[in-house]
Amino acid sequence: MDQQRETSTFGMWLFLVTEIMFFGGLFCAYLIYRATYYEAFVAGSQTMNIWLGATNTAVLICSSLTMALGVRCAQIDRKKMMIILLLITMLFGLAFLGIKAIEYHEHWTNHQFPGPNFQFEGAEAAGINPQNIQIYFSLYWAMTGLHALHMVIGVGLVLWIVIAGARGRYSPDYYAPVENVGLYWHFVDLVWIYLFPLLYLISKKHGG
Amino acid sequence: MATAVQTVERENYLNAGYGLKSWLLTVDHKRIAILYLISITAMFFVGGFFAMLIRLELLTPAGDLVSSDTYNKLFTMHGITMVFFFLIPSVPAVLGNFVIPLMVGAKDLAFPRLNLLSWYLYMIGATFALVSMISGGIDTGWTFYTPFSTTYSHTNVVGTALGIFIVGFSSIFTGLNFIVTIHRMRAPGLTWTRLPLFCWSNYAASLIMVLGTPVIAITLLLVALERLFHIGVFNPALGGDPLLFQHLFWFYSHPAVYIMILPGMGVISEIVTCFSRKRVFGYEFVALASIAIAVLGFLVWAHHMFVAGISVYAALVFSLLSYLVAIPSAVKVFNWTATLYKGSIRYNTPMLYAFGFIGLFTVGGLTGVFLASLAIDVHVTDTYFVVAHFHYVMVGGMVMAYMAGLHFWWPKITGRMYPEGWAKLSALLVFVGFNLTFFPQFVLGYMGMPRRYHAYPPEFQVLNVLSTAGASVLAVGYVLPMIYFVWSLRYGKLAGPNPWNAVGLEWMTPSPPPTHNFDETPVVTWEAYDYEHQPEEEVAVGH
Amino acid sequence: MALEEHRQHVIPVGIYVGIWAILMFLTGLTVFVSFIELHDWNIVLALVIATIKATLVVLFFMHLYYSTKLTKVTVIAALFFLFLLLALSMTDYLTRGWMTSPGH
Repeated sequence: MDQQRETSTFGMWLFLVTEIMFFGGLFCAYLIYRATYYEAFVAGSQTMNIWLGATNTAVLICSSLTMALGVRCAQIDRKKMMIILLLITMLFGLAFLGIKAIEYHEHWTNHQFPGPNFQFEGAEAAGINPQNIQIYFSLYWAMTGLHALHMVIGVGLVLWIVIAGARGRYSPDYYAPVENVGLYWHFVDLVWIYLFPLLYLISKKHGG
Repeated sequence: MATAVQTVERENYLNAGYGLKSWLLTVDHKRIAILYLISITAMFFVGGFFAMLIRLELLTPAGDLVSSDTYNKLFTMHGITMVFFFLIPSVPAVLGNFVIPLMVGAKDLAFPRLNLLSWYLYMIGATFALVSMISGGIDTGWTFYTPFSTTYSHTNVVGTALGIFIVGFSSIFTGLNFIVTIHRMRAPGLTWTRLPLFCWSNYAASLIMVLGTPVIAITLLLVALERLFHIGVFNPALGGDPLLFQHLFWFYSHPAVYIMILPGMGVISEIVTCFSRKRVFGYEFVALASIAIAVLGFLVWAHHMFVAGISVYAALVFSLLSYLVAIPSAVKVFNWTATLYKGSIRYNTPMLYAFGFIGLFTVGGLTGVFLASLAIDVHVTDTYFVVAHFHYVMVGGMVMAYMAGLHFWWPKITGRMYPEGWAKLSALLVFVGFNLTFFPQFVLGYMGMPRRYHAYPPEFQVLNVLSTAGASVLAVGYVLPMIYFVWSLRYGKLAGPNPWNAVGLEWMTPSPPPTHNFDETPVVTWEAYDYEHQPEEEVAVGH
Repeated sequence: MALEEHRQHVIPVGIYVGIWAILMFLTGLTVFVSFIELHDWNIVLALVIATIKATLVVLFFMHLYYSTKLTKVTVIAALFFLFLLLALSMTDYLTRGWMTSPGH
């Protein structure tokens, strides 16, 4: 059983390797454009709400704690506690998505979505090409959007574990799916740990 | 030719359950390999159909068969079909899926259901791509360069990109499965240094699949987002850099060519040893060369961008690295050749294809080294020289290796021998047809004929006609095996467990194997390619 | 038997909560530091803090500290190849301005 758990966990880590490279392409684009259009990136990031971003970071860290504790409960056969912790993890995940939705709405109504309707006042006055700010926002929406999509999938996976766990599928001899969903969840937290400073904290002059 | 119909009575993976559902819901790696065999063969002929139209157009200097827009679609769809739906999956998904669990002494791969999912993802991706091709086509080149693909092309870029995105995950999951299987499911006694080189090669290719494919996935996703929602990171009007697309695209697409060739090289290692009745020369070097190719392959991608506008300093770095990546491939060619020396050589069909591979891959590989030189590349980039180079390694190399492997393991897969006479004829037709098709293209490219053009100056016509003639011969060489392989399913001579008298765990099960592969988990006490201790026997030949 | 017990290592709650506390502290720290003008060091500090946080999550929440050598090598390999993508691409972008044609 242990051999099988290690095998499936190794498989999950390999999948996370692909996720690292998947997000990695976006980080590569970010790195290059930030170096090239630094002022535009500063201007773009000033429209970010640092407090909402920081709250979301804290929310994800708490969700990682409850997730890790939930996996631990599966290891020591405390089924009820496991379910509770996993449900709290889900709630944290939904809270993250809710806050993100608020931010997205704000950006959308301010015409900060790239495309023909993009508007950014005061750019030319500050000597910044507004087209370059669009690139910042392209990366913002693409990176946080992809991250949010992974969060949604993560919430779904945790729900699946909760249901299966409630039916008594897991025990100290068989808890690999719980551990593997946990790995996925922590990975999604990891991506945000980098997204937050890169998108929100570019310069001292940030909005809030 | 004897036509008495013989049947295999014993229960095996083919007759363990009948009906569509037993095949479409199978988790048996052998059945999944057959499913892949059928779909990949179909896509090969789709790609071949586009090639035929291209070669027909190029018979005459004027662009008179199709319009230039249509021609753009033809070479694009030929490239996409062949690269993503044939070359990348073929050896791993067909031969690897079937043989690797047998070679390591396991019942199946590590994640059988994931394996089935891989095949469904392949089918869904292929459907997206085919529908996009039929309903308007795509004309960006298989390389999807921006801003043409993101802004100016009026064809089904999003649908095709989505198809490639999906089939990319098929590839990722296959690679993941192989890595875990080879690490954790080897039979007792089967240490890494006793592992057949086919496993080493597929392992190395799987590393590339897992590390590289996600990058093209995100890149194509960005192209689709740019077309749909104007999220424009590659849009020059916004200050975006089209070269960033090329960097991200080629970060995968160069290592992708090693995904294609490494499993093929693995096949050649198996065949050269079996048909010279010798241990491979320098086993450790060949094994490590596979890993070296996989790692070094990630360091060279910008050699596709030498004239695109990258800095000349970066170009120098990538040029040097591109020279280095040739070294492990050369090591393999030397070692196969040394294996042949003083070997007891049999000229069965798999061996004929292997000889073809070694010669043609060497030509293709050497011309790759020419292209790595900045000074030469400036002149021949985007000409037929490049086209000839990659067809030598892909078709002269990879496809020959695939044919070699199909013939080698056909008796194990089906329990039948193919007809040796027809097979040898096909191999000869492929070799002659291939060289007639592609050698003139080296000359054409060096003389300056650009690629992706449907019209050309009249002085290039003779060589183009030769090339098209060769393509017709090549086509016959590929159609014949289709016919005789199918024929052999019913009328082929029954093959025993080991018709080639080869060394390897896969030859120690019946042909075809039972669903569970081995009645008892084998224990391995011998080194790889232990032909010294294999009793000398008449190698079986089908008729 | 001993090997199995090692693999099924159950980490005490205290460790998890401790790591959580450090992560929360580091989050606050990175926000706080972002209000101070440190020019080029802002990004360096932000990434250093983020990497410390990431390392803690990977080692303890994801159990990498207690995992097999194979798993550790796998993670390091992924980071290495990501580094290759970023670094080799930068060889182009960083050096584009170096060479100027005559007259420019």
